Order: sequence, then structure tokens, then C-alpha cells
Amino acid sequence: MKKMNIFAKRCAKEMWRDPLSFVFGIGFPVALLTLMWLLGRSLPEMPQEIFGIDTFAPSMAVFGLSFMLIFLGSLVTGDRTGSFLMRMFASPLRATDYILGYTLPALPIAAAQTAVCLGYAVILGLEPGVNLLVCLLALMPTALLFIGIGLLMGSVLPTAGAVGGISSLIINVCAWLSGTWFPLEMMGDTFGTICNLLPFAHSVNAARAALAGDYAALPVELAWVLGYTAVIFALAAAVFRRKMKS
Amino acid sequence: MDAIRIDALTRCFGSRRAVDGLNLTVGEGELFALLGQNGAGKTTTIRMLCGLLTPTSGDALLMGRSVVTDTQAVKQLINVSPQETAVAARLTVRENLEFVAGVYGFDRRAARAKAQEMMETFSLTDRAKDRAKTLSGGMQRRLSIAMALISKPKILFLDEPTLGLDVRARRELWKHIGTLKGTMTIVLTTHYLEEAEALADRIAIMSAGKLAALGTAEQIRESVGAATLEDAFLTLTEAEEVEQ
Repeated sequence: MKKMNIFAKRCAKEMWRDPLSFVFGIGFPVALLTLMWLLGRSLPEMPQEIFGIDTFAPSMAVFGLSFMLIFLGSLVTGDRTGSFLMRMFASPLRATDYILGYTLPALPIAAAQTAVCLGYAVILGLEPGVNLLVCLLALMPTALLFIGIGLLMGSVLPTAGAVGGISSLIINVCAWLSGTWFPLEMMGDTFGTICNLLPFAHSVNAARAALAGDYAALPVELAWVLGYTAVIFALAAAVFRRKMKS
Repeated sequence: MDAIRIDALTRCFGSRRAVDGLNLTVGEGELFALLGQNGAGKTTTIRMLCGLLTPTSGDALLMGRSVVTDTQAVKQLINVSPQETAVAARLTVRENLEFVAGVYGFDRRAARAKAQEMMETFSLTDRAKDRAKTLSGGMQRRLSIAMALISKPKILFLDEPTLGLDVRARRELWKHIGTLKGTMTIVLTTHYLEEAEALADRIAIMSAGKLAALGTAEQIRESVGAATLEDAFLTLTEAEEVEQ
């Protein structure tokens, strides 16, 4: 545990000293919230079930968290390609130390990012209250999901460029298949079924339900996200163990 | 006790035998150079000795501990300075050193003291607060070796420590490595034959995954009747070159 803490502290320093993805994770959602708020003022006929601040803000919080992919993926790939990870693999650290050491420092960043996004939404008219905190907590499994995917990508992709490319793809897939920009029912049964088989729509649903105080909807939505998260982390741990011996 | 005892160590990648039944011993406190052409099996051997690669067959004992069955204990005894720069880029020089000391179990106070000692030894004190990525190539390499030494390893692996350095930086690093002789067992891989000749107590030349020669530089020269170590090396690795 002590060794994991030491590795986690190192990762935290690396993350806070490379604020680019952190800035993206806050900057894009804030910019889009502002844009939609301005559009909403000029075009009152915009559908409120998507672009109302209480539905769009949680979507943007999920969108912001998806940038954790680039954040984590780049850090792990950088460590790997620069031989730093080889040095670490020859040290007494174990696979779980790496997984937790990369993951734990990323969580406060994810929480801070989400808090800024929701806080900014309050300035734009979102009703403040305890549900904001519940929404933030309901988004942490989603943060873990993206951290896990970032870890997995960082440990298998050859370069930071490849991480950037694949991350962009996943961020876009997440945005389009999560119900952020349009109701999924609009796109027909097949499309809706595919979206609901993936975790992203459930992330958005959970955040919206938490914000609306519909706590009864949370367990099912979060179960989907946590299920995917567990699988992704199991895969990442298996890949790390394999990399340590090959 | 031998610091390293390698027994029929073999590693295959598909049908290719990268390391083929290697037998070797390295004494405690010895500075041992492992030479060979690209693809001769040096790095694969080092990776197996560091517990980074599982042997296909055979074993190696490091201070009596098996790399196959007791990998975690082996990792506590060794440290490695990899071929490429292996520093945490956004951490300062001091933070890099304290971090590695912590990973090997030193408490905060001891880690700080060891970091200071390493910075003085490797002339890095002036750059203590600078991030590693701002250092020159030579300084990064010195930091990388200091990070490998800070855990006071029983066995130190230096993989191409002077690769890409200019002549002055290389000579400076030789001086630092020279001061370590006798204090710990060092296994050095290099492409620079004069480096092996200047630093190593004994040299092993690998060719096509096998041991082609073993002894002092002089013994190896004499064994093939060559005037220089370079000539001996070329003669001993000729068969591999023809195969390639």
C-alpha cells in the first residue's frame, strides 16, 4: 500500500503539471454550455428535454469526463515509450500498484472537473441543491470508466498520437451515442438498442436522474456503467500483468 | 557466493531462440560486460535477469534467488538503468530520486538523504529543482543511473548507459561507473568495445543467443589471436553475420 501511495503521488504530480487535457475537460463543456445557453435565449423553441440546462448540464459533465481518456492514456503511453515503465516493472511494484496508482490521483481531478461544469451551470440557471452533489457522486463511476479505458489504451497503443486518435473517436462515439445531442428514441429501435447496450447513455441517464432527484432510476443506470467499468479494469490489470512479464 | 548464476537460460519467440541455453556466472562485486551485435540476445538476457521476461526454460539465480520462482525477491535486490531515458519527465531531479527511493522502501527522511547524496555524486545538485525533461541528454542519463543506484542494489544492470552521449559526457559517465567498481555487482551491456575494455573485469560476447566468448579482454583477444578486442569481436560474431 505504501509503495502504491508513492507511485500515486508521482502520478498526481505528473497529471497536475500537464493541465492540457484538464483544461480541455473543463473548457469544452463550459464553452458548449455557454453556447447552448445563448442559443436557448435566442431560440426559445429549442427542445428543452435536450437543451434545457437541467438536462444539458449533466450531458456536458459526462462529455468533460470523457477527456480523462486522453489524460490517462497519454500518461501511461509516455511512461511506456520512454522506458520509465520498464524501470518500474523491474522494481518491487505490483500490477495492482500501477492500476491504483494511476487511477486514484485521476479521481479528484474528475470530481473537480465535474464540480466546475455543474457550478457553471448553476450560474446559467441550474437550480442549486443537494441533487448537484448526488449528480457529482453519480458521475464518479463514469469517471472510473473513462479512466479505465484510458489505462487500457495507454498500455496497448504504441504512441501518444495513437492514444489521441482513438480517444477522439471514443469521445465522439460517447457524445453521439449517449443522448447528449438528441433523444435516442428519435433514431429508431436498432440505434436505440445499440446505444443502450453501451454504457454512455446510461452515464448521461444516471446524471440526469440524480439531478432530477429520481433516485429510484439510479441503481439500474449505474449498474450498466459499473459493469463496463469492472470489465475494463479487469482487462487493464490483465494487460499490465502481461506487459510486466513480456 | 556468485552474484549471478545462469543455468541453461533459454528464451524463444515463436521458432526463434533469442537466448539459447546460456550458462554463466558473475562474481559478487564484479563489473561484467555483455557484448554482442544487435539481436545477439543481450537485452533479452538482461530482461530475463530483471524479471521482466519469463524464460522459456532454464533459470538464473541472483544472490541465490530464482528469477522464475522468486521474482519479487529478485526485484528488491536489483535495479536497472534502461537503454532509453527512464525518468519521470515532469518531476524535478530531486523528486525523481526520492520517488525511486520510496518505491524501494526508504522512508521519507532516508529518501531525502539518499537523493542528496546521489545528486552530489552525479553533479546534479545545481539542477535539483529543475524538471527532468529540461535536462540535457547527458544529465538525464546521469539522473537515470543515479535513480538506479539510489536503492543500493546488490546487482545493477546498465543497458547501453552511454548510448547517444558525446565523448565528454561518455567519459564523465565512465568515471562515475568506475567509482562503483567493487561496491556492487554491475552488468553492463554496450556496443562500445572500448567502454567494455576500459571498465569491465570480465567480458562475455554473445552471438546468435549463445555464449561465444568469456574472459578478460586480453583472454578473449588471445583466444582468437586478434590484435584488438574489436578484431576478436568481429571474428567471434562472424558466423552470426553470415547467417543474417
